[in-house]
Amino acid sequence: MSDYNFAYLDEQTKRMVRRAILKGLAIPGYQVPFASREMPMPYGWGTGGVQVTAGILTPDDCLKVIDQGADDTTNAVSIRRFFEKTAQVAVTEKTSLASVIQTRHRIPEEPLHDGQILVYQVPIPEPLRFLEPSEVETRKMHALEEYGLMQVKLYEDIARHGAIATAYAYPVKVEGRYVMDPSPIPKFDNPKLSMAAIQLFGAGREQRIYAIPPFTNVVSLDFEDFPFDPSKADHACDLCGASDSYLDELIIDDAGGRMFLCSDTDYCATRCAAGEVGAQRMTLTEGAA
Amino acid sequence: MYVAVKGGERAIDNAHAWLAEDRRGDPEVPELSVAQIREQMRLAVNRVMAEGSLYDPDLAALAIKQSRGDLIEAIFLIRAYRTTLPRFGGSRPVDTGTMACDRRISATFKDAPGGQVLGPTFDYTHRLLDFKLAAEGTVPPAPTADPLPETAPHIMGFLDREGLIQSEPEGPDTPPDLTRSPLELPAERALRLQALARGDEGFLLGLAYSTQRGYARNHAFVAELRIGTVAVEMDIPELGFAIEIGEMTLTECETVNQFTGSKTEPAQFTRGYGLVFGMSERKALSMALVDRALRWKELGEDDSGAPAQNAEFVLYHSDNIQATGFLEHIKLPHYVDFQSELELVRKLRAQTAAGGVTATATAAQDCETGS
Repeated sequence: MSDYNFAYLDEQTKRMVRRAILKGLAIPGYQVPFASREMPMPYGWGTGGVQVTAGILTPDDCLKVIDQGADDTTNAVSIRRFFEKTAQVAVTEKTSLASVIQTRHRIPEEPLHDGQILVYQVPIPEPLRFLEPSEVETRKMHALEEYGLMQVKLYEDIARHGAIATAYAYPVKVEGRYVMDPSPIPKFDNPKLSMAAIQLFGAGREQRIYAIPPFTNVVSLDFEDFPFDPSKADHACDLCGASDSYLDELIIDDAGGRMFLCSDTDYCATRCAAGEVGAQRMTLTEGAA
Repeated sequence: MYVAVKGGERAIDNAHAWLAEDRRGDPEVPELSVAQIREQMRLAVNRVMAEGSLYDPDLAALAIKQSRGDLIEAIFLIRAYRTTLPRFGGSRPVDTGTMACDRRISATFKDAPGGQVLGPTFDYTHRLLDFKLAAEGTVPPAPTADPLPETAPHIMGFLDREGLIQSEPEGPDTPPDLTRSPLELPAERALRLQALARGDEGFLLGLAYSTQRGYARNHAFVAELRIGTVAVEMDIPELGFAIEIGEMTLTECETVNQFTGSKTEPAQFTRGYGLVFGMSERKALSMALVDRALRWKELGEDDSGAPAQNAEFVLYHSDNIQATGFLEHIKLPHYVDFQSELELVRKLRAQTAAGGVTATATAAQDCETGS
């Protein structure tokens, strides 16, 4: 791959991306327009995240890529390979060892530490988009801090369903100013958004980058009498027994039998390696897995 | 069971190998060459160049071969390639007035200086399958004639001389570039035209058609449609003058639309404009109609709320690479978000069953929030 620059993008493009990132870090939660490039994977496959990662990657970095919490889902494999090929960086599946983690739809269970960067792939960066389809209007609403529409939507949810009917991409307010879409992570992950690592969000098709600096105050929108509830399946992981992790539900037989296991594969594997055992692990042989 | 999410790496490799084999088809049948596609699938090549925003017939033909004839996939290959190319500079605006025309027609004047030339058009063919083509015969040579005079004047120029057509102010020297800076609204006309020129032909066709059927109706006359070759010139700073760096085939369409007039301004015609790489008539016509519809504000017309008048709607949805990517990404795993929806719906149903809250609707509305 010597035909392409380190991490695929040319240096001028990376500079443009980095400027957008710096601006995003300076104004937490604000969506910075950037001149998104066509990437060699389709829009919707994480082109925003890939451009951000390409912009920040250095040869010394160690990269982890997850999709739905897992390192071995097809698109995570594809993106990890892309950077192995174009940047020859070290890759890992260990959350703690990675300096850059690109993710789709999850925040790792293991708390991230100082010096790590979490890069999110974002489909629709605008939290107000499904309340107001026009970009011109929503930018105005952010500028004027006009978030009444969102509060009304949440209120109407409660009036109609008895609960806020948003399970993922649950809107947050960043440092008391911008309402932000945390990307389609389950709301279970929302409390982790205030963390020690830098969080960068890239939306390629929509040409937006935004950021949350370390230890920023990120609050999930709610009401005093209807506080935010980061719910998850009422189970423990059937493999590692964890009761504090987000779970995927698997249908395991024609009779509709279910099992639950951690969506964060590294977290689960680490716990299993440490000897933790879940309810169904006894019945699973290595061969079946 | 757990195997469901494992094995991605091998699956990808195998899928690619299968794809390559399928692309080739039956090895008993001779393989298509890139040159064959370039010469015999020329309109497909033109569309890929136009919407891929890269004038290179060989690469476009290669992309069509690689994409198994899926033109949007081919356009995507070209776009992804073009974005890696270094930029040496910008050309001078091409002068379509000096075009060596293969085709030049006007629907507004019976005859015009320079003459009308039908050129290689499907327009008056009868759409009957030609079974002779299945027998791979050779084609008898077409009759020839002397080429048109060096320059055929734009027919719009004749209206302009009389002041019957709205005058077009000079734009800024360097128009904005959609591929180098993010789209920001409101978008000026040059930027809109760039977006339309690389927009999806089918989408623009539908929009243009909707204006003909009354959604922001504005009847268009084709003042001129010309297809031919123009020289591309570039100023070389070291030389101090412009040199010709190549030539390209373009399709240009100028429409004359309904006149406007007010107390202060006399009645006059207005314009729509389309310019597309290669021979792409349908696209150029569509572009001109949509361009005209988008100009409602500057021409003091009413916003009828029609899709073709809404620049944000048109510009944000005309790019087929963006559209197809986002549309098709719903094939990717979404089990984390789906799981969270599942929990929510179960919880809401449990509440209803417990008689807590009357919940008639499900939370399905939130499935719309995409991802």
